[in-house]
Amino acid sequence: MILDNNRRNPSQILPSEITPESVYLHRRQFLKAAGVASAGLLLPVATHSQAATLATLNHQKTKYGLDEKLTPYEDVTTYNNYYEFGTDKSEPARDAGFFKAAPWSIKIEGEVKQAKTISIEQLMKLAPLEERIYRMRCVEGWSMVIPWVGLPLKALIDVAEPTGNAKFVEFVSIADQKTMPGTRLPILDWPYTEGLRMDEAMHPLTLLAVGLYGKVLPNQNGAPVRLVVPWKYGFKGAKAITTIRFVEQMPLTTWVKTGPREYGFYANVNPLVDHPRWTQSSEKRIGNGLFAGRIKTKMFNGYDEVAPLYRGMDLKKYF
Amino acid sequence: MTSLTSLPVATRIKAAKWLIWSLGVGLVLRLVWLAIMDQLGANPVEFIERSTGLWALVFLLLSLSVTPLRQWLSSAWLMALRRLLGLWMFGLACLHILTYLWLDYSFDWGDISQDVLKHPYVIVGFLAWVISVPLALTSNQYAIRRLKQRWKMLHRSVYILAVLALLHFFWLVKKDITEPSLYIGVFVLLMALRYLPLPTWIAKQRQ
Repeated sequence: MILDNNRRNPSQILPSEITPESVYLHRRQFLKAAGVASAGLLLPVATHSQAATLATLNHQKTKYGLDEKLTPYEDVTTYNNYYEFGTDKSEPARDAGFFKAAPWSIKIEGEVKQAKTISIEQLMKLAPLEERIYRMRCVEGWSMVIPWVGLPLKALIDVAEPTGNAKFVEFVSIADQKTMPGTRLPILDWPYTEGLRMDEAMHPLTLLAVGLYGKVLPNQNGAPVRLVVPWKYGFKGAKAITTIRFVEQMPLTTWVKTGPREYGFYANVNPLVDHPRWTQSSEKRIGNGLFAGRIKTKMFNGYDEVAPLYRGMDLKKYF
Repeated sequence: MTSLTSLPVATRIKAAKWLIWSLGVGLVLRLVWLAIMDQLGANPVEFIERSTGLWALVFLLLSLSVTPLRQWLSSAWLMALRRLLGLWMFGLACLHILTYLWLDYSFDWGDISQDVLKHPYVIVGFLAWVISVPLALTSNQYAIRRLKQRWKMLHRSVYILAVLALLHFFWLVKKDITEPSLYIGVFVLLMALRYLPLPTWIAKQRQ
């Protein structure tokens, strides 16, 4: 098991890594549910017990992604790259139980008329919540289709009133050592930061997600609020955002800092620009089963409407 | 160990071989069972790739531990296990590659050649497997007799294979290198043990 799970030294269990009782009890239900699902009696329901504890969000349906086959909730919530909770994809679902997503507020600062703090409740009232079914393409060569619930980032930017100097937006995630075991290790330069050019941030596709599958975001998916930029690789989607900073210079984001040769600031999905490690011309769709093979990756992940943002730019250079 | 060493050598070898077979067959059956029960997680192909790859590496390191263990434990009979360990490494490496070619890439040779040529970690992994083929093919008494001294030379390429396999693991990891480092550490230790003098307490026991 240790070999499959890519765990750190198991003898170094930190007190906060111990699963809270409620989560532990849910895991029992998880196993039971998984057993039933695998018997072929039901659709995968492994994390339904967890979903049952999450509040439902009122939202409007939208036209986005209606023709797509959704990735099962179970897969969306158990296969996560969220290094704050550990580098293995199964760790966030297992270890995010201690994380406190409420109360929550976001600092808005930098090149704005007036710096302010906005609570998650205020944020969710800035615009009607919408469901957006988006494809998510990970830089590692896999993808999902996720029904997010959220509001356009533009709604927040309008309230933030950036000055004329604001050319980029920087997003800072929380790095709480008490509840996020990964942040105690020097895996990345914490806290995680991401960024967008102003016009990318204002684009109607760019979403601040507060939920998925009609319910509040589970901790492992970036609760209480995360960024979703569907034409870019998944790592652009900063999770558990605490600060949004408007800046003049292009911010140095976490993965660019970590590997400038491998990760670019733009990180647009581009089948023609290969990553030194992974093929970007095709992808594995999660949830399609063992024998589904790969599907061809599309430029901008199929969101052609963003192409005008990059007119005249050499996307091989600005990857 | 005392109970094991009190057994006749032939029985010991038989028991150890039985153990190796159960481990290998158990690993494969586990994957088949998990696949049937739909318990391979969100990315089942990745699960199988990881599992077969890691266990091939484990069998490789086990086969490389035979020589130092034989010296340190002065148990010559361990040599009788080396071939079986090596062959299980080869079998799992074949499953690893088959998973990649079939389940991951559906034998799309255009995509596969692109992936192999463009990505260093895939190249070294593939090379490691290529090296293992002649080793597996010559792992019989007939080949040993025919090739004589050259057989030894040929089978020394297992060290190159090991370095490539470890590099393959190290390069494919995105950031957290804890696990590949662990395997590299074991390999370095196994190599070092071959050249370190026996500690006095073992040497004394032997007299």
